[in-house]
Amino acid sequence: MLSHLRSIWLALMHSFQKRETYEYPEKKMPLAARYRGRIVLTRDPDGEERCVACNLCAAACPVDCISLQATNDEHGRRYPEFFRINFSRCIFCGYCEEACPTYAIQLTPDYELCEYDRQNLVYEKDDLLISGEGKYHGYNFYRVAGMSIGGKDKGEAENELPPVDVKSLLP
Amino acid sequence: MSETWQIILIIYGILFGILTIAAALIYVERRLLALWQDRLGPNRVGPFGLLQVVADVIKIFFKEDWIPKFADKKIFILAPGIIMVTILLSFAIIPFAPGIFISELNIGLLFFLGMSSLGAYSIVLGGWASNNKYALLGAIRGAAQMVSYEVFMGLSLMGVVMMTGSLNMVDIVEAQQHVWFVIPQFIGFVIFMIAGLAESHRIPFDIPESESELVAGFHSEYSGMKFGMFFVGEYMGITLISAMITTLFFGGWLGPDFLPPFMWFIIKTFAFIAFIILLRASLPRPRYDQLMGYGWKILLPLALLNLIITGAIVLAIG
Repeated sequence: MLSHLRSIWLALMHSFQKRETYEYPEKKMPLAARYRGRIVLTRDPDGEERCVACNLCAAACPVDCISLQATNDEHGRRYPEFFRINFSRCIFCGYCEEACPTYAIQLTPDYELCEYDRQNLVYEKDDLLISGEGKYHGYNFYRVAGMSIGGKDKGEAENELPPVDVKSLLP
Repeated sequence: MSETWQIILIIYGILFGILTIAAALIYVERRLLALWQDRLGPNRVGPFGLLQVVADVIKIFFKEDWIPKFADKKIFILAPGIIMVTILLSFAIIPFAPGIFISELNIGLLFFLGMSSLGAYSIVLGGWASNNKYALLGAIRGAAQMVSYEVFMGLSLMGVVMMTGSLNMVDIVEAQQHVWFVIPQFIGFVIFMIAGLAESHRIPFDIPESESELVAGFHSEYSGMKFGMFFVGEYMGITLISAMITTLFFGGWLGPDFLPPFMWFIIKTFAFIAFIILLRASLPRPRYDQLMGYGWKILLPLALLNLIITGAIVLAIG
């Protein structure tokens, strides 16, 4: 009996407490710094696409919402011919971001993905590409990779020595 | 002639007022529950969400009014009407202010008890006609709850009747000029409050409905405006119980002079409506057997004890 009265009293005292509701469209929740929302494809500092179409994101994706097709440009550099993310499937787990070897695919704190037409949730490469570098500044995969690519030969990458002539004994 | 018009005006005024209050209570309840649960509640439609009531009413009017193929059609249609009629009729005896009442029955209180007992038919017939096991379970629970709580609902009021010496509601209010009956009849007030909650099946005693176990209990099969009538009937039931508590124990329209008597009645009634909503926000539903045991083993003896002591005191003094 006393506990009943006590719970009635405690419920009444909630009249004077702060309300928890965020009035959403006007006032938004403060998000965590690493909030995982809409996926973007970023560019390197030179403005080129970072994605090398390695398919690791598509392989890591537990719901198979990423699909892409690799192709080469005239310098032999790999890039995705198309890159498609179906956001009606995406569960925003962030595995693709973790799998990405070039920091190309990143999750942003944008969660406002509402469409009247379900097909509009399928994002193509044009929709996904942003002009900036995302969370990781100054990183360019081809500048640290040892691969020979248009204009940059082997041994010319950052922190890389010229290749050793394996047929010579001279130091 | 003018007197006839005045009576008609009062009748329609009260009818309109009760129905408006019952509809508005949907909004009030949602806002108050939100307040006590640290939420905001409906606040989008119109200023402070006040037009939510209009939106709800429009919605419920345009919902499909469906009668299941397996239902007993006539009784199915009749059942929601019964609760509306009995509760609206009960309002006939409540004196809102001096001169503002529909009928000054000399058996007023008895009429109220009779009408609230008839309200049980609505639940029983509605549950039976639905031809659905959850509805039937709800109806059986409703019947058992009504039968057991009706008993000491009447007994708890007899103290008031003894002290007034009349079943007439106006006499009862006027007998409280000096002291409200809540002080000499505190046990009676508590018991009547509990019985009234059970009578209007509000949340601590919403066993016929029990959303978590019986879908929606006796009105599982109802939709559209027929469900709306049960729904509004429940809110009218709250208003009725609050108005009855106000009249019987808290001096009805009596109050200091700076407000008109009618306002005092409204304020007191709303305080009790808010209290009933507060109970919904704070108390869990007891188990079915707990409810019955509580009623028969604790409240009934208490009501009888209250009756005996009041009787003895009234005899000794008068």
